[in-house]
Amino acid sequence: MGDRIFASAKSEKARSGLAASAERNAPALLATDGLSIRFGGHAAVDGVSCRFPPGTLTAIVGPNGAGKTTYFNLISGQLRASSGEVWLNGERITHLPPSARARRGIGRAFQLTNLFPNLSVLENVRLAIQARSKPGFSLLRLADDATEILEQAFAVLGRVHLENRANIAAAALSHGDQRKLEVAILLAMQPRIFMFDEPTAGMSVDEVPVLLDLIEAIKAERQHTILLVEHKMDVVRRLADRIVVLHQGRLVAEGDPASVVNLPIVREAYLGRSALS
Amino acid sequence: MHSFSPPSRRSFGLRLLSGDTPGHPVASFLMAVLVFVLAFAPLLFAGTRAVATAARVAIFVVLAASYDLLLGYTGIVSFAHTLFFGLGAYGVAIALAGSGPSWSALFVGSAAGIGFAALLGIGIALLSLRVRAIFFSMITLAVASVGQVLASQLHDITGGEDGLTFSVPPLLSPSFHPFTEPVLGVRIDGRLNTYYLIFVVSLVLFLLLLRLVNSPFGRVLRAIRENEFRAEALGYRVVVYRSLASAIAAAMAAIAGTLMALLLRYNGPATTLSFSIMIDILLMVVIGGMGTLYGPAIGAALMVLAQYYLEPALQFLAELTAPFPLLSAVFQPDRWLLWLGFLFMLVVMYFPAGIVGSLRARGLYSQTR
Ligand SMILES: Nc1ncnc2c1ncn2[C@@H]1O[C@H](COP(=O)(O)OP(=O)(O)OP(=O)(O)O)[C@@H](O)[C@H]1O
Ligand SMILES: [Mg+2]
Repeated sequence: MGDRIFASAKSEKARSGLAASAERNAPALLATDGLSIRFGGHAAVDGVSCRFPPGTLTAIVGPNGAGKTTYFNLISGQLRASSGEVWLNGERITHLPPSARARRGIGRAFQLTNLFPNLSVLENVRLAIQARSKPGFSLLRLADDATEILEQAFAVLGRVHLENRANIAAAALSHGDQRKLEVAILLAMQPRIFMFDEPTAGMSVDEVPVLLDLIEAIKAERQHTILLVEHKMDVVRRLADRIVVLHQGRLVAEGDPASVVNLPIVREAYLGRSALS
Repeated sequence: MHSFSPPSRRSFGLRLLSGDTPGHPVASFLMAVLVFVLAFAPLLFAGTRAVATAARVAIFVVLAASYDLLLGYTGIVSFAHTLFFGLGAYGVAIALAGSGPSWSALFVGSAAGIGFAALLGIGIALLSLRVRAIFFSMITLAVASVGQVLASQLHDITGGEDGLTFSVPPLLSPSFHPFTEPVLGVRIDGRLNTYYLIFVVSLVLFLLLLRLVNSPFGRVLRAIRENEFRAEALGYRVVVYRSLASAIAAAMAAIAGTLMALLLRYNGPATTLSFSIMIDILLMVVIGGMGTLYGPAIGAALMVLAQYYLEPALQFLAELTAPFPLLSAVFQPDRWLLWLGFLFMLVVMYFPAGIVGSLRARGLYSQTR
């Protein structure tokens, strides 16, 4: 899979077509260019140009309603951009449906838990593995015969400590466990781009470390590009290589954590928020 | 902990059922009775009427189970299923009425009907891209009405309201008697051949459906039913899966239609296209239990039996209770539809997820595998 990342001549050509912001040497796996979407007159995401270098974790922060989730939706395809482009390995994916983007390696965990409620925990994960495996599309084979998929599924469940709950319906899980399953599905996809949208939201304090360790482990592999939307500043400080600040749909600051968190606009946004919570 | 048994440990029988059992002793028993009775119907019942009823059960098992693939597994609410049923039946009827009772005509007519049904199934599924669920259902209703109107208007081709009567290939014809004496107590004739053709095709299609829903493909259909948005985000092209499910369901309904035409040696709008059949199919699936396949099979058997035998049964009860006029009036045979409605209410009250669905839930059988 990795060989596809920077390979083709086509992607070279396409990359040179990327805006002037492309001078940096490290090739970006994922990039957006002037990405915008308007709902009626309101621009929820407004001209966001950003590059996400491979092997790094970028935290996307901003107050409620800043457009973080909407930005994610534009990248993973749930929403189509009004203008601007999304690039993956130099390929323009702006107009591809979510399934095509997922098959190209964009994996997404949703802010609002988004599972297959009446299917078992195991089945939820298995579907994610099946989606990327070769015998995925078969009408006459038995799904249960694909034992290697089942083994992988149990391995993934083990990573989020849900292996004991494999056979209960996803809807019957506690909220915290549902959040873990949401992440397990993302892991099972084995994406190249991991997109976490507030993965710890609503989790109890003792459940959070499991999840953060997990994200840290993915990051430590240095193989993946990770995008993390997160409100908790301590989490951001611990995990992020880079921070991107969105405010009213615009990218207002980006850089390494130490410098960004001290920017006035960030302090303003987050002081306002912490005063509320 | 692991709910799956490794394939090597599965018996041949279980593999034939694709590892999917009715999931509750009562449901298994009902299915066993159904299969047994259908398999030996010509030996068990003397009358042709009873055997024809058994054939009708087999056909409706396929029709209801194929509808379950759409409704129960994929979550597609379509009212056009009878249209496909009718296409298969008209394919056979038009071919045999037009070019005489040959096997080649039967084959060409069936293939045309089934193929056209599958294509139309895909076309209708693609419509679901453009419109929301409720409008989709209404469109299927409209498409089904158009089918009905066409069938009754294109008189020269379809025979209009009167339908088409035709002869079937000799081997299947009632006048086919290779032996003058019964063999082992059974009269070998075209009716018997037709019956077993219907039975075997229905059985194979049902097992095929069981296989389909337990294949990786079938798993994706359930995922789409549960959360189409997430299925797409995982990388599944929802449209492709929906279209394929729709095409398969349509083709199976069309095959059921060809069997119906062979059974009746007649086809008309009322026998395969009417909305009352669509409602029957819906009831079979809902009463039996959506998304279980076994449920619709049991539902189909119950519905067909009720339609055929509720009236005579009431007649019998009414005569039995003749000394008590009030009670006798309650069992007045003309009221059989009322009784049917009453039975439905009981089923819905005591088996909210359908017979098999509710039994499974009670047996702690996890339907969520
Ligand atoms: N489908 C939509 N239709 C109309 N407006 C929308 C839609 N989706 C998002 N918006 C608007 O876009 C803005 C950005 O919303 P978004 O959910 O992206 O914010 P967010 O940064 O993720 O906030 P939070 O921290 O609360 O999750 C909000 O004003 C929201 O009301
Ligand atoms: Mg959000």
